[in-house]
Amino acid sequence: MSSFYEDEGRFRGILGWIFSTDHKRIGLLYLLAIFAFSAVGVLLGFLMRLELMAPGPTIMRPQTYNAIFTLHGVIMIFLFVIPGIPAIFGNFFLPIQVGARDVAFPRINLLSWWIYMAGAGLAVLSLFTGGGPVDTGWTFYVPYSLRTPVNVPLAVFAVFILGFSSILTGINFVTTTHQLRAPGMTWFRLPLFVWAIYATAWVQILATPVVGITLLLTLMERLAGVGIFDPLKGGDPILYQHLFWIYSHPAVYIMILPAMGIISEIIPVFAQRTIFGYKAIAFSSLAIAVVGSFVWGHHMFVSGQSDLASIIFSLLTFLVAVPSGVKVFNWVSTLYKGSIEVSPPLLFALTFIFLFSIGGLTGLFQGALATNVHLHDTYWVVGHFHYVIFGGTGFAIFGALHYWFPKMFGRRVGKKIPYLAWALLFVGFNTLYFPMLILGWEGMPRRYYDYLPQFHSLHLVSTVGSWILIAGLILMFGHLIYSLFRGEKERLENPWGGATLEWQIPSPPPRENFAEIPRVERGPYEFR
Amino acid sequence: MIGGVTGLPDQIVEDVFLFIAAVSVSILVLITFLMIFFTIRYRRKRNPKPEDIRGNLWLEILWTVIPTLLVLSMFYYGWTGFRTFKKVPEGAFTVKVMARQWSWLFEYENGVKTDELIVPVGRPIHLLLTSQDVIHGFYIPAFRVKQDAVPGMVNPLWFQAKDVGAFDVLCAEYCGQQHAYMLTRLKVYPEEEFNRWYEEKGKQFEQEKGLPRGSRLLQEKGCLVCHSLDGTPRIGPTLKGLFGKTVPVITGDRERNVLADEAYLKRSLLEPNTDIVKDFPPIMPSQKGLLTGEEIDELVRYMKEL
Ligand code: HEM
Ligand SMILES: [Cu+2]
Ligand SMILES: [Cu+2]
Repeated sequence: MSSFYEDEGRFRGILGWIFSTDHKRIGLLYLLAIFAFSAVGVLLGFLMRLELMAPGPTIMRPQTYNAIFTLHGVIMIFLFVIPGIPAIFGNFFLPIQVGARDVAFPRINLLSWWIYMAGAGLAVLSLFTGGGPVDTGWTFYVPYSLRTPVNVPLAVFAVFILGFSSILTGINFVTTTHQLRAPGMTWFRLPLFVWAIYATAWVQILATPVVGITLLLTLMERLAGVGIFDPLKGGDPILYQHLFWIYSHPAVYIMILPAMGIISEIIPVFAQRTIFGYKAIAFSSLAIAVVGSFVWGHHMFVSGQSDLASIIFSLLTFLVAVPSGVKVFNWVSTLYKGSIEVSPPLLFALTFIFLFSIGGLTGLFQGALATNVHLHDTYWVVGHFHYVIFGGTGFAIFGALHYWFPKMFGRRVGKKIPYLAWALLFVGFNTLYFPMLILGWEGMPRRYYDYLPQFHSLHLVSTVGSWILIAGLILMFGHLIYSLFRGEKERLENPWGGATLEWQIPSPPPRENFAEIPRVERGPYEFR
Repeated sequence: MIGGVTGLPDQIVEDVFLFIAAVSVSILVLITFLMIFFTIRYRRKRNPKPEDIRGNLWLEILWTVIPTLLVLSMFYYGWTGFRTFKKVPEGAFTVKVMARQWSWLFEYENGVKTDELIVPVGRPIHLLLTSQDVIHGFYIPAFRVKQDAVPGMVNPLWFQAKDVGAFDVLCAEYCGQQHAYMLTRLKVYPEEEFNRWYEEKGKQFEQEKGLPRGSRLLQEKGCLVCHSLDGTPRIGPTLKGLFGKTVPVITGDRERNVLADEAYLKRSLLEPNTDIVKDFPPIMPSQKGLLTGEEIDELVRYMKEL
């Protein structure tokens, strides 16, 4: 049977890709676009770190720095980690893992990729038109975003458009999970990756419209002076913050839940034993999605919101920490009495647990009202969220790439280089971000182009860390790209001994995945 | 500890921080140790035959309940500390704080205005924060206190200095181009020295009341953050020798030259974005409503002399 690479469908060549409704091709289209954008994001991060290497102007002017941290944030959040795992690996593997030939609405799936590209295109356009690159930070806080002369309207509109892509992807995954499961694929035989994507999809569907409306209101305010957020016109800037975080806090779960799904796939396979606490992990995803929708006010403890609101949001924030902890305990227990092989995917998964734990635990300091007052808007927060989204989601993506590579591309990835790249990444990551936690505790505010002399040495260490980290990224991605063209052909269906459905079909999969829809008779982590 | 944490704000923050740190580090060490230990102990060479363990209800309950109790205790300490933050002690010394792009202005009860915050030691200081333009964040890292200054709102904050000294005051909420430079100092004086300073400034203020002085206005209204008086361009053009000069400006999309006469100076204060001086960003906040008619006249008069 020919693979989905050979079976072109209606069009040839590049058209056969950009007009393909095959979920696997769409997944790869996203992969290409998302990694291209994230490379730009990393480059911008690198430039910021160079600027911060020493106090005083180093390589750029303040306005440039402000535009760069904004662009870095917008790219990393809206173009990289929010679509990230669902759009790439969810598209590629969710239909296969539930035993379907495609998602429920293949054409809408293609449409969502096009919308994503259109939104990204508008974001790029906004850099060169109007007043130039946005300098508001990715949060677009009013009234600053209403007053700054730069091209806020187009940038905001671009993010508005990107939201539709996210909603449509969410609708597709929810419907696919409900409707297209193969016979015998009961809810509790679903791989935990599917559970995670499913919970995420609900958040995408329910929360994204809120940010859409918020951004539209901001546009109306900016272009027509309507007066919803601007205090000079009777508006309320705190209202903006509520609306913004009603989406953007759940959005952090859009970023991390799918990553947790990946970890739940990798660990049992490389321990060759069933996962510990399947239901606890599945339900904790739902619990995080539900409770996580009611904690947004923890971003606003010093904004002037009411004390009662702050107290309630703090309490809920602490409660939502528990299901994440439960997952970590279950993963660690899954190693117990396993037969463990530390292949690169597992190494990345274990690193995820370590870095994500640091990210989560540093979040507790921010959730507590008293400490939040000191840590809010400092480098502590910058350190914290890089531990969560880069150390967490980023490392999960690295693990997923090594894990699913043979299936997606039909080639093997050599083992030596990934270990070396891992060492650089691990050392570089902690050298880059751990000093930020200390800087924050010492009182270094975030979004600062320049700083007082007492912060110099830690900033310097952090910048050196960024070089090590980026060396690791180049080595790892260089090696993956090399393997894509030169790697040994993968002839096995199931090189790792996985039990989920994607490992029961050829590598790479044929156009419609299954010659015949399988009957599922066992759970996803039954290796014997 | 059952009654929650008490003390001054900075002590509270440190206590809560240490408590959470102790718990977090223990959890992290435990997780990391078990992870590494299992990975080595059950490596495939040593343990070729895995064992399927599907779960354990008691363990699940245990590791849900214990963390829940731990995080609830963190919540509790955080909250009781926060209560102290929100209860301004009686007899506190009040100072109004106005934030603006990109400087701080402190106004004392006797009318004195300063751009550094000067307070007596050992007495609770009650700040009332607001902003004239965008949101700023008033932050004194040494005292572990922070509160946003939001336009259209007055947000309170209090702290108390145990020792005399000078401390950094920073802006924590991003507010535009010069955000990183929106710094000033908090100076804590001994009680007597403070009183002397306060009275002297108060007298000076009474004497000068009613006579708007251009130089003082430029300082107080924050003009000098962006404009110099010595000829060097900063974030905005210099004010030196401005009156009577021909200024290249952008009006709409058109470039033109205008004469800096009285009308031009007034327009620049009230509608700064109609004519933008070439090569400068259109970021000057309009002073409409922030200056009285008298003050405008005085500023224009003063600028003519520069
Ligand atoms: C080599 C990689 C990276 C480096 C060197 C880096 C560095 C930085 C630095 C220096 C800041 C600005 C801090 C400030 O001025 O306050 C920043 C902000 C940020 N970073 Fe990264 N980062 C990297 C990767 C990532 C990744 C992978 C993500 C998410 C997927 C990410 C998300 C963000 C966000 C959301 C912000 C906040 C932007 C804002 O404040 O508006 N970064 N990063
Ligand atoms: Cu949040
Ligand atoms: Cu600021």
